[in-house]
Amino acid sequence: MLSNERIIKNDERAIFTLRSLYSKYGYSQFKMSRFEEYDLYVKNKDFLVSDEVITFTDRNGRLMALKPDVTLSIIKNSIDKKNTVQKVYYNENVYRVSKGTHSFKEIMQAGLECIGDLHSYDIAEVVLLAVKSLALISDSYVLDISHMGLVAAILDSSGLSHDGKAKAHACLHQKNAHELYAICKEEGVDKANTKKLCALVENCADVKTVLSAVAPLLDKDKEKEAFEELSTLCSIIEHSGYSSHVTLDFSVGNDMKYYSGVVFKGYIQGIPTSILSGGQYDKLLKKMGRTSGAIGFALYLDLLEQLDFDGNDYDIDTVLLYSEDTAPLELTKAVDELSKEGSVLVCTKKPKSISCRKVMKLTKEGLTLEDNG
Amino acid sequence: MKTMVNVALPKGRLGEKVYNYFKEAGFECPSIEETNRKLIFENPEKGVRYFWVKPSDVAIYVERGAADIGVAGKDILLEYEPDVYELLDMDMGKCRMAVAAKKDFRDPKGRTLRVATKFPNIAETFYNEKCRDIDIIKLNGSIEIAPILGLSDVIVDIVETGTTLKENDLEVVDTIVPISARLIANKSGYKFKNAEILAIRQGLEEQVRKRK
Repeated sequence: MLSNERIIKNDERAIFTLRSLYSKYGYSQFKMSRFEEYDLYVKNKDFLVSDEVITFTDRNGRLMALKPDVTLSIIKNSIDKKNTVQKVYYNENVYRVSKGTHSFKEIMQAGLECIGDLHSYDIAEVVLLAVKSLALISDSYVLDISHMGLVAAILDSSGLSHDGKAKAHACLHQKNAHELYAICKEEGVDKANTKKLCALVENCADVKTVLSAVAPLLDKDKEKEAFEELSTLCSIIEHSGYSSHVTLDFSVGNDMKYYSGVVFKGYIQGIPTSILSGGQYDKLLKKMGRTSGAIGFALYLDLLEQLDFDGNDYDIDTVLLYSEDTAPLELTKAVDELSKEGSVLVCTKKPKSISCRKVMKLTKEGLTLEDNG
Repeated sequence: MKTMVNVALPKGRLGEKVYNYFKEAGFECPSIEETNRKLIFENPEKGVRYFWVKPSDVAIYVERGAADIGVAGKDILLEYEPDVYELLDMDMGKCRMAVAAKKDFRDPKGRTLRVATKFPNIAETFYNEKCRDIDIIKLNGSIEIAPILGLSDVIVDIVETGTTLKENDLEVVDTIVPISARLIANKSGYKFKNAEILAIRQGLEEQVRKRK
């Protein structure tokens, strides 16, 4: 039987439920044009997942781009005013180069942004909405959380050179403890700082375990300040009952230029890459001349296609065959009847390329079951 | 039922050595040692499913989630930069990525350096850091012949013992990075099969330590 559930695709279902979730928390929809001036992306190239953009010249001579990103457009259109917080959600297509095929791909993206004078509550709300978004899509999900402020503070106080810090951060991103040790050794980082850095790679577990393992290692004010922020967020997550789905993992986030505070990535069982990515990107706003802060996330809904593999067994439920002398009214009646059980394809001969549950034939005697060969 | 961890092993001698590490770490799979044409081997009791793939494809299998973990050379990881975790240096298949040239080579600093390689990304990153203008000539094999025939000034390639270079009157002029086999993991698989993957990693780490 072809139920409505089967007709609705995973990504379409997700959009409905996510919209409802975000609206409940006071987020309003931000609908935007497919195009944006290319200049916006040139100025913030590093913020983009891929720096290749589809461009064209507008009729008035302006160089335009098909949106590779949504966040930059939202920031551009936000108001930079004290004591205000803007909350928007979106559901848009973006155009990026796919890593595997090296060709442009249309990617369906949903997400939200919270921009303005951010309170710790706003940050926690966005992180919780990220967890809840994953929960709406699947029962088996994980949100990995890190804090770029904490990672940056530990790297800064480690005594590593500028290049060494970049290499160490790359190791952290790959959970590559062996090369991180080697870098620390090569650059003469002392034992305590090596231990602190390596603790970031080695500790990846539930919130409580990681917080209690990392806390005793921190001795600098900046480290403690960032840790405090992370602890506050974790206590809210715990209170909300989602801690079993949240992992503290300092390998999340590899861009310190834009991200400053909490960063996170969401995974769903069955999808090989992260489906959700987000964080606090105050540094991007500063670069764009704004004084406010911002946090947001994006969900890559096209990835949900990968969960569809064992969905439909057949292309169609019933193929209904008729002959030239079949009366159209009789055919209509038969379709009405059969469509109660599922989908019906009316044709004179069953197409070879279509698989179906059963083949029926309408003759003067009525409906007969045919060989489904 | 035990959670199965899918393991991509690199075909060839290195792969066999890698499997022995898995076996001795307690993740054996007797069917893999039989002579047959099967491609996939599993031991449900130990929760492992092995398959042999071309060494340069291991990272793709892991990145795309067909394998939860795999063993790939650092050269492949640096060249293709797959989005995976690098969990352990297996301390085997050791060699180095190096720049080699003819014995009488002098860097022609006044012009673009012609570099023949199978690893354009590694070569480009290396010379970018040195601000050296290069022309990459991508080859798929017999790299050593390129400077001899004047196709390139230097080559960027894997050097194990250096015998092939010596026999062709070439020598290493710069070492880019040491290479060895690494245990890699799919990022999503690492979340949902965490305990199983960590147990394998720990077992392999003990094997590496034992042999040091």
